Amino acid sequence: MTPLQVFLQQLANGFTLGSIYALIALGYTMVYGVIQLINFAHGEVFMVGAYVTLALILALAALGAPWWLLLLAGCAGAMIACGLLGGVVERLAYRPIRQAPRLNALITAIGISFFLQNALMLIFGATDRQFPAVMPFIRWNIGGVTITLMQLVVWISGAVLMGALQVLVMSTKLGKAMRATAQDRTACALLGIPVDRIIALTFVIGSMLAAVGGTLFGLNYGTINFHDGYLTGMKAFTAAVLGGIGNIPGAMVGGLVLGLLEGLGAGYLSSQWKNVFTFLILVALLLFKPTGLLGERVAERA
Amino acid sequence: MEAPSLRARYLRWAVFAALAFFVPILHPNAYHLDVLTTSFLYALLALGLNLIVGLTGLLHLGYAAFFAIGAYTYGLLNLHAHWPFWIGVLPAAVVAGLFGAALGIPALRVRGDYLAIVTLGFGEIIRIVLTNLEQVTGGPNGLLGIDHPRLWIPGRGIFDFGVDSAPYYYLVLLTVGIVAWICVRLSRSRVGRAWVAIREDELAASCSGIPVLELKLLAQGCGGAIAGVAGAIFAAKQGTITPDSFDFILSVMVLAMVVLGGLGSIRGAIVGAILLGSLPEFLRGFDQYRMLIFGISMIVIMRLRPRGLFGAAQHAKPACKKAPLKHASAAT
Repeated sequence: MTPLQVFLQQLANGFTLGSIYALIALGYTMVYGVIQLINFAHGEVFMVGAYVTLALILALAALGAPWWLLLLAGCAGAMIACGLLGGVVERLAYRPIRQAPRLNALITAIGISFFLQNALMLIFGATDRQFPAVMPFIRWNIGGVTITLMQLVVWISGAVLMGALQVLVMSTKLGKAMRATAQDRTACALLGIPVDRIIALTFVIGSMLAAVGGTLFGLNYGTINFHDGYLTGMKAFTAAVLGGIGNIPGAMVGGLVLGLLEGLGAGYLSSQWKNVFTFLILVALLLFKPTGLLGERVAERA
Repeated sequence: MEAPSLRARYLRWAVFAALAFFVPILHPNAYHLDVLTTSFLYALLALGLNLIVGLTGLLHLGYAAFFAIGAYTYGLLNLHAHWPFWIGVLPAAVVAGLFGAALGIPALRVRGDYLAIVTLGFGEIIRIVLTNLEQVTGGPNGLLGIDHPRLWIPGRGIFDFGVDSAPYYYLVLLTVGIVAWICVRLSRSRVGRAWVAIREDELAASCSGIPVLELKLLAQGCGGAIAGVAGAIFAAKQGTITPDSFDFILSVMVLAMVVLGGLGSIRGAIVGAILLGSLPEFLRGFDQYRMLIFGISMIVIMRLRPRGLFGAAQHAKPACKKAPLKHASAAT
């Protein structure tokens, strides 16, 4: 392989990873935008999505369903499960303490994260779980760069979902209500916007996107473990900050940029140090450009 | 609410100390004693983090890193230079404290949630560096064969602390006592009142002439040093340290102890640490469900007692009554 081909190959791999990060980052950024909470449990919601997909695929494969049905059912099931989970968590854990000091919400989020992580471990076991190879393994060689069907699916589903979200937020009534709630919750309530329901829906939508991220993550990497959620969640959060937290196009850009940087870092530096690399980017970014690449939101909220 | 008299307060501490002192004698259960020793080690960490998060109001999510730095400092000095514990604990505290202050410098630029994430990032970076820097830290296998503390007792020769929990229990208990006393004195000093002023209103504090930046660094340095001492004790007790012992979960646990006890409250930090430190052990009966229950209890506590067991407001008032804040601002 020529150096250019290596570069393009890493770019393709990074783009795949970046699409997954972006899908998870959207959940962080939406919730932060609306109630200024870093939802630490979001990484676990993503993991729940991956495990639900796995369970559905295994169950349906035993019945002999065709591969595309496995894929669609696995993804849809994960979206429903995670959407419900996000809504329930918001209702039971976050809503009652919305008026309490901010630190409490953070601790609560961490508690939920512990709970979900251990629930996953109890249900699915502590060892790595293999995803069956559902997708037919098709690959194309374009100028020496290998692109698999799987990667194509990741890119397309990522792009479609992000486009749909953008439409939802910018041009529907719900989206308008979400943006209004992010600006001023009290004023929204006075104008008759059902603030509680809007916030709950924000959690639901973010969790559904994370579920798709989980499905794609499992299919693409083949193995999942119950504690993958924490690190992937942290990276997705980095992506959200990178793009400017609270900013939806920013999360998409941030996810892609982070995925590309990581793909290139793993290819050219060492994969052992690539996590340090991510955290260094996160720290440096917060210190020198806390508004992120596209962010206009003021960062300082004590 | 009338603050309890000085005598009553000392009496309460004395009763607590006496109780703690007699535990190993009244209830000689090696396993329970080990759990309690670990809990008091947590209390040490909670006291240190309380200075940063509770008094100064800086949300820190990478505190385990200073614990790790203390442990590795003593471990490396012991393995390569054969420094005994009693001397090695000093550089452990100093190095961890310096790291605390040094990492605090860049973090001064950010506040609130962002500060939390920056400190989390630092914590993770230090853990991954410890894992990957195999030539120095032994990589994922960590450091092996660190010496236990030895004590020369007149007439009875050298006493090695060994693997039994009891000597460590008393060592940790004594350290908690000293550190708690330092924290109490510190929190009522001009520095402590200035920290609280920064927590309550940073702008007002700096307008009153409080050197905000220096005091923030001092808080992080002191907190780091306390974690360093705890780390050295931990390394000496375990004899083996691996990077896994200093993960994000530990930082979170210590933070949860401080919040459960009530931000800024010193007895709160100790009680919170003992409760949360021993809770997972007492839940061992539920075996694999214990971390699940632990997560739920964190959620429930935050909902039922949002200000913790000993809320911050109760603590701040008597300190202000004795010497009003303007005293701190009149100086400097």
